[in-house]
This record gives sequence, structure tokens and C-alpha cells, in this order.
Amino acid sequence: MRSSGSLVIILSFFMALTVAIVPLPDWAVNLRPEAVTMMLIYWCLALPERVGVGIGWLVGLFMDVAKGALLGQYALSLTIVAWLTLKLHQRIRVFPPWQQALSVLILVGLGQIVILWVKGIIGQSPQSWTYWLPAVTSSILWPWFFPLMRRVRHYYKVS
Amino acid sequence: MIVLIIASVAMMSVDHRSQNLQFLRAAISIFVLPAQYLVNIPVEAGYWAGESLQSRGQLEDDNAQLKMQNTLLKTQLQKLNAIEAENQRLRQLLRSSKRVGEKILIGEVIAVDLDPFSRQLVLNKGIDADVFEGQPILDADGVMGQVVHVAAFNSIAMLITDPNHAIPIQVNRNGLRAIAVGTGNQQQLDIPNLPNNTDIKEGDLLITSGLGGRFPPGYPVARVTKVETNPAEAYARITAEPTAKLDRNREVLMVWPESRLNKPDLTQVPAEDSADGSPQKTPAQATTP
Repeated sequence: MRSSGSLVIILSFFMALTVAIVPLPDWAVNLRPEAVTMMLIYWCLALPERVGVGIGWLVGLFMDVAKGALLGQYALSLTIVAWLTLKLHQRIRVFPPWQQALSVLILVGLGQIVILWVKGIIGQSPQSWTYWLPAVTSSILWPWFFPLMRRVRHYYKVS
Repeated sequence: MIVLIIASVAMMSVDHRSQNLQFLRAAISIFVLPAQYLVNIPVEAGYWAGESLQSRGQLEDDNAQLKMQNTLLKTQLQKLNAIEAENQRLRQLLRSSKRVGEKILIGEVIAVDLDPFSRQLVLNKGIDADVFEGQPILDADGVMGQVVHVAAFNSIAMLITDPNHAIPIQVNRNGLRAIAVGTGNQQQLDIPNLPNNTDIKEGDLLITSGLGGRFPPGYPVARVTKVETNPAEAYARITAEPTAKLDRNREVLMVWPESRLNKPDLTQVPAEDSADGSPQKTPAQATTP
């Protein structure tokens, strides 16, 4: 039971990582949702006792390698997002969808602020406001993403 | 939590300043590899379909055109051989070091999107093919960039248009040396710090100068598109367009410069590659004279 649940969680993060690197047409590149961050927020809300800061850090490392970024940049950002989600999970869980989406906007945006900060320090700061669009698309997609993941979780009885 | 944050920050600073975390990156990238290949499958399928569904007439056209091009190139090569020999002889006369061949391998671009604010590519050759950090990447028309991260079976290359990339260049016409800096725009390089009275014109070909020891000298990099001189400013504003097709390539050439080949621990590399039947997809190998 427990092991099969872990497999579902690992696979879901793998799918999110795939979404993060799948080639998109030029107009959509800046709209790519932060699938990995969304997945992490979902699992932190659903199973706060199993998925937390440690998993967030590990997934962040994979993300760093997949994206060819500075090693530790996504790890730091996802650690902080996971921590904050754990702090707030009891509140966010009972929010209506639109309020949840708003919280996701803030959480993903916060993760992006951390990355922006790191990039600024090493002198690669992005020059365009489109940098913030992924947070918006993530929160717009959240009301569909959350029920979908909940169905997946119930179907595979992950607990 | 605190421990992990400190670990991340420590890792970032180490990774930014030195190459000590390369092994960690290589280890993790093995797990990321399936995702990258999964993402690449539809793109590969598209190319495959495009190739196998071409009409006979089109193939014949292509064939004729390639034959003509081949004849042309062969004619030029005849001249080149003579010039090469002459160059070699003159160098001997001058007692300067001889230029030996460079080893070249063809790498394929894996269709993976990285950070949209930097210009990087994922290539399907890694430590298994002796790819090393800082290795120059070329295409048929010019320099594309260099390898920045190497993993076991793939590597990440930074293009010359990345805002963090700079390449030492030379104006082909008069040998003027400069540096070409990436802008993040796929079609544009900046050439900063050249005074207003510099002898550089629109249409000048810029080639690698070989200074810095990273890129082999003499490969085309870019063509100057605009020279703006404003007497109020100390330097001219010069932009150039890369000659390589940076965003349209599926295959790239990875070059091992002579300095790398002369190292004792790497001398047996070419022999080894041909001996073990090459597990990779036909690493077409050639040495230029």
C-alpha cells in the first residue's frame, strides 16, 4: 500500500518535470506553467506528513539539472515553497477553488522571486516582465489541476 | 529546513565558482534523461515522418542539388590541399608549431526547452563520447557555442547568443581583434569596446581568433550587420548576426581542439572509438587536415 503510493508520487513528479522541459511553440514558451511547483504544492496540501521540505529540495535538484540551471537554485525555491505550503496547508485545503488559485499564484510567485534573486546575484536577471507569467498560468490552471490530481490520488489510493 | 536552505546556498556558491559539483550533476542527470528522451520522441517522429513521406521527385531534386554542391566543394578542396601544403611548408620554414588535425564528432540536439531567458541546447553526447566542458560546438556555417555541463550520456551547450557568453573574434579582412558578446536575441551579437574610428564595416566577416584557447582559430562566427558611430559616445555601437543557424539545427559538430588531442591521456581516444563499434548512433568521425 505504502510503496505503491510512493510510486504514484514519484511518477507524478516525473510527469511534471516532463511538462517543464517539453518544447513549446514560441508564443507559449513564456506561458509554461510551473508544473513541478504546482505538483509539490498539491502533494504538500494532500499529504503533508509524507511530502514536505525534504522532497521539495530533492525535486528542486532534479529540476536544476533538467533545466541546466545553477545547482541549488530550484532546490532553494522549492524548499521555501514547500515549507510555506506546509505552514498554511490546513487553511488552503478548505479554501474555495478561486481562493486556492490565488494562494497558488502567491506561492509560485514567491518561488519565482527566490529564483529571480539567485539569478540577480549571479548576474543573469531576466530583462522582461514575461518572467512572471508562469505564476499566472499556474494559478489559472489550478482549479482544473487540483480535482484532477485528487481523482488520481483517490484512484490509486495514495495516502 | 534550515539545513536544506544552507545546503542549497552552499551548493549554488560552489557550483557558480568551481566545477566541483559536476559529478553530482552528472549523477542526477541520469534520472532526468528518460524525461528528456520522452519529450524528444514526438519531435523525432515528426522528422522521421517528414523524411519517409517525401516524394520521389523531391528526393531526386535534392540528390541533383547535393551532387552539384559536392562537385563545387571538391573543386575548392583541390585548391585547399595545395594551400594547406604550402602553409605547412612555410610554417616549417618559420619553425613555428605545426597545426595538427582536430577531431570532430556529430552530436544531435535533443528537443528540450530550458530556461527561456538563456540560450542553451541539450546534446545527446556526454562523458561516454569524451565530451568535455568548454568544448566548441560548430555547425556547417560557423561557431554555435560551447559545452557548459557534461553528464554521462548528454551535455548542455551554451550558444554564442546567450547573454552570459563572450567569444574572442577577429575581423577576417584586417585581423582586428575584439570580443563578441551574446545578447539573448537569437540573431544578434554585440561587439563592445571598439573606438569610433575602428576599421570595421557592415558585412565584415568575424572569425574566431583562437585567443583564450577555447575555440580553434579561423572558424566564422558572425557577419557585421550594423556599425553606429556617435561622436558623443566613447565607443561605436556594433552588432553582428551569427553565421551559424543557431535555432534551426538538429545536428552539430563537436570539435576536439589539437591541444586536447595532444594530451597523453586522450591520445588513444580516436582508436578506441572505432574499435568498440561505437554504441552511439553512427558518430560520423572525421579528422580535418
